[in-house]
Amino acid sequence: MTTAVTDELSAELRGFREVQRLAYACAEAVAAQLKPGVTEREAARMQREWLRERGVRDWFHLPFAWFGDRTAFVNFRIPLQFFPTNRRLEPGMPFILDMAPVHKGFTADIGYSGSLGLNPVQDKLLADLEAHRELILREVRERRPLREIYEDVDRLMVRQGYANRHRAYPFGVIAHKVDRVKERPWSPHLFGFGTQSLKGLASDAIHGHRDGWSPLWSPYRFSDHPPQPGLWAVEPHLGFRGTGAKFEEILVVTDSKDPEASAFWLDDDLPHVRRWAEDK
Amino acid sequence: MSLEGARERWVRTGGVELCVAELGDETQPTVVLVHGYPDSKEVWSEVATRLADRFHVVLYDVRGHGSSTAPQPLRGGFTLEKLTDDFLAVVDAVSPDKPVHLVGHDWGSVQSWEFVTVRRTEGRIASFTSMSGPSLDHFGHWIKQRVKRPTPRKVGQLLGQGAKSWYVYLLHTPVLPELAWRGPLGKQWPKILQRVEKVPSGDYPTPSLPTDAAHGAWLYRDNVRARLNRPRDDAYAHAPVQLVTPLGDAFLSERLYDELEQWAPQLVRRTLPAKHWIPRTRPDQLAAWITEFVHANEDGVPVRDTVATGKYADRFGGQLVLVTGAGSGIGRATAFAFAEAGARVIAVDRDSESAARTAEMSRLIGSPEAWAETVDVSDEQAMEKLAEKVATEYGVVDVLVNNAGIGLSGSFFDTTAADWKKVLDVNLWGVIHGCRLFGKQMAERGQGGHIVNTASAAAYQPSKALPAYSTSKAAVLMLSECLRAELAGQGIGVSAICPGFVNTNITSTARFAGVDALEEKRRQKKSARLYGLRNYPPEKVADAIVRAVVRNQAVVPVTPEARGAHLMSRFTPKALRAIARMEPPL
Repeated sequence: MTTAVTDELSAELRGFREVQRLAYACAEAVAAQLKPGVTEREAARMQREWLRERGVRDWFHLPFAWFGDRTAFVNFRIPLQFFPTNRRLEPGMPFILDMAPVHKGFTADIGYSGSLGLNPVQDKLLADLEAHRELILREVRERRPLREIYEDVDRLMVRQGYANRHRAYPFGVIAHKVDRVKERPWSPHLFGFGTQSLKGLASDAIHGHRDGWSPLWSPYRFSDHPPQPGLWAVEPHLGFRGTGAKFEEILVVTDSKDPEASAFWLDDDLPHVRRWAEDK
Repeated sequence: MSLEGARERWVRTGGVELCVAELGDETQPTVVLVHGYPDSKEVWSEVATRLADRFHVVLYDVRGHGSSTAPQPLRGGFTLEKLTDDFLAVVDAVSPDKPVHLVGHDWGSVQSWEFVTVRRTEGRIASFTSMSGPSLDHFGHWIKQRVKRPTPRKVGQLLGQGAKSWYVYLLHTPVLPELAWRGPLGKQWPKILQRVEKVPSGDYPTPSLPTDAAHGAWLYRDNVRARLNRPRDDAYAHAPVQLVTPLGDAFLSERLYDELEQWAPQLVRRTLPAKHWIPRTRPDQLAAWITEFVHANEDGVPVRDTVATGKYADRFGGQLVLVTGAGSGIGRATAFAFAEAGARVIAVDRDSESAARTAEMSRLIGSPEAWAETVDVSDEQAMEKLAEKVATEYGVVDVLVNNAGIGLSGSFFDTTAADWKKVLDVNLWGVIHGCRLFGKQMAERGQGGHIVNTASAAAYQPSKALPAYSTSKAAVLMLSECLRAELAGQGIGVSAICPGFVNTNITSTARFAGVDALEEKRRQKKSARLYGLRNYPPEKVADAIVRAVVRNQAVVPVTPEARGAHLMSRFTPKALRAIARMEPPL
C-alpha cells in the first residue's frame, strides 16, 4: 500500500473516529442527566438536541432509547416497537442509548448500556460482552464467513446463559456497513433512518448482490461470505430475563494481508472498553 | 408433653393465670407463637423446636385453653380487648425491653391482627407472621365492600367464604357445641384431623382438647358478630406483616386477603400448597419463613441486595430446587425461573463449568443461595453420593426437576445395543435415580414437595426416526404418572413435561445412528438450524414447568405442536401413526 493511500485512509478513519467519539460523548452526557421519571422519548430528544448543537444535521438513524425490559426487547413483534415510548426510568432500571449521527459526512453508529443506580445483572452482561468483542475481531481476522461468526457469537451467548437479542433487529443483523454520506442542505428521514444513508445501504446491497456479499451481517445465507472490506457497525446484544446490554462500534475491515491490519476496532478508547480495563 | 426442655412460668392478668413456655436463648430476638382454635400452645411444638436454636421462643396458652385458667363468667371473657391485655402481660414478663416478633395461626392470628392494629401495643411488636386467620375488622370491611357492590365475581367470593364458614354459625348456637366437643366430637377429632386435614399422628392434639374447644367457642361468640357488624376503620398494622396462605384451607378463602395491602403496606406474601393446620404439616417451611422474616426485621436492613421479584416469589421463596441438566437449554432456563422466584437452586450437570455458570447467574437474579454439582445422572453411585450430600448440606429438596436428557436419532436397526444403553441410561435411569433418591427424602420428610420429569412430545408421538429416544421418553411419561398416583396421598405432586421442538443444544449433541461422523456433524448442524428457525425459547418451557408445579398439573405439553400431537394421540391416533412414517427433512 502506498503512503498516499495510507494517509487518505487514516484521514478518513480520523473523521469516523471523531464522530464516533462525539456520539459516545453524547451518550455519556445524556446518561449522566437521566433521572427517575425521565421517559424514553425525552432521553431520545436529549440525544438529538445534544448532537444538533454540535453540528449534526443528518442521521443514519435517529437516536433510540430503551428502558427496563425493553433493553432486552421483551415481546417485540414489529419494528415500530423500537421507537422510544413514554416508559419512565426508575431506580435500578437498565437503559440503552443507541444513536447514529452523521457529522461532516462521516457516520457513526453507537450503543451505550447503563443503569440508573446499581444493576448487578446488567453489570454482568456488560462484563461478558468483552468476550464477544474479542471473538468477533479474531474471527474476522481469520476471514471466516460472516454467517459462521454470527453462529459462533450465538453459541458463546448460549454458553454464557444469554439470549441473542440482536436477532430482533431488522434482518436479525449483528452488524451492518456504514459509509460516508454526502452532506445535503435537506436531509429527510424515513421511519427513523436517514434517506442518504439508506441510499448508501441500498447501493451497497445491489453491488453486493452482484458480487456475492451483503452490507447486512445476518444469520442468513446472504451473509455466507468472508468479511467485506469497509466499515462495519457491530452490535452484539445480550438479553437475560428482562435485562439487555449491548455495545455498538465500528470495526474496520481492510484487504490487507497482514492479519493485524486486516481488521481492527476503529477506536479502543471507548466507555465499555475503558470499563473492562478498569475492572481488571 | 412435646415441648421438651421448655421453661414454664405463670403470668397473672385480668383474673386469669396464663401458662407461658419459653425455649431457647433469652438474649436472642423473642418470637411469640399464638395458637388457634381448638388448640393449645402445643400445636406449635414442631415449629418451636425448629426456631429454638436461633431465637428466644415464647408460647402461651390463650385464656381458657391448655393449662391457662378460664375467665369467670365465660361470656364476655374472651373479647379481643381482654386477649390484648393477656398478650401485653405476657410480653411484659418475657421481653420487657425489646419488641417481640409475633406469629399467629388461626384464632392466634385473628387476635394477633388486633394486637398489631391497636395503638397501645405500638413499639412492642417488631413483626407479625399471620397464617390462616384474618383480622375481623378487615373481614368486616371485606364483606361490606362486596355487599355494597355485588358484582357477580364478588357475590361468588361472598358465597364461597360463606360456605367455608359453616362451623362459625354452628359455634354460635348455645350449649350444643360444648356438648359435642365434650362428647363424641372431642373423641373423634384426632382421627378427623388425620384423615381430612392430613395432620400426622403423634402427641397432638393434647388431652385438654374438649375443654379448649368448649371454652374457645366464646372466642367466636364474644367477637365475631360485634366486629363484623361494626369493623374498626383504623385497623392499620403498625408492624411489618408476612402473610402465609395455605391454598388448600377448608375454612378460609384466599380471596379474603385480596385487599390486604391497604391495611398492611409492604406486606410479604407467601403461599403453601397445604391444608389448614400448617404448623403441624409444614413446620420446616414455616420455620424457614419465620426465620427469614424475623432476621429481615431485626437488623432493619434487608438480608441481601437481590430480592426475588418473580411472579411466583410467594410460592418458592427460600425453597430448595434441584435441576438436573442445568448447564444448558431447558434445565438452565428452569433453574433461572426458580431463581427468579427466590428459590435456592442446586444446578446439576455433567459439565462443571456450565453448572457453575448457572449457579452464578441464579444468585444474580434472586436466588439467596445457589450451588453447582457435577454429576452424570446415569451414574447410580454418583447420584447416591449427590443425594447424601444434598441432604446433609442443603436440606431436603422441595422441587426436583429431572431434566437431563440426550438425543438419539436413526432407524431401529441402525441403533446399536450400546446406543440403546446410553440413551436409556441418561433419559430413563437418570429420572429413576432422581425420583428414587430425592423422592424418597421428600416422602420421608412428609412435608410435601414436587417432582417434575422432562419427558417429550416424542413420548406419545411415534416416529420412525426416533425409536430409542421416544421409547425412553414414553417410559418417563408413564413413570411420572405411576409415581404421581403413589405420592398423591403424601402431598407430593409429580408432573411430566412434554416440550416439543425447543431451540436448545440437544440437537448439536444428539447422536445420529447409522451414519459416519461427517454425516452426523452435518445432520446435527442441519437440525440445529431447523430448531433455530422454529425458535421456541427454552424460557417458555421453564415457565411451563414452574406453572406445572404451582398448579400441580400431571402432563404438560408445551409447544403448539406438542399440544396438537397430544390431542391427536387421544382422538386421531391413526393420523399420528401416518406422521410417524414420514422421513424428517435432514
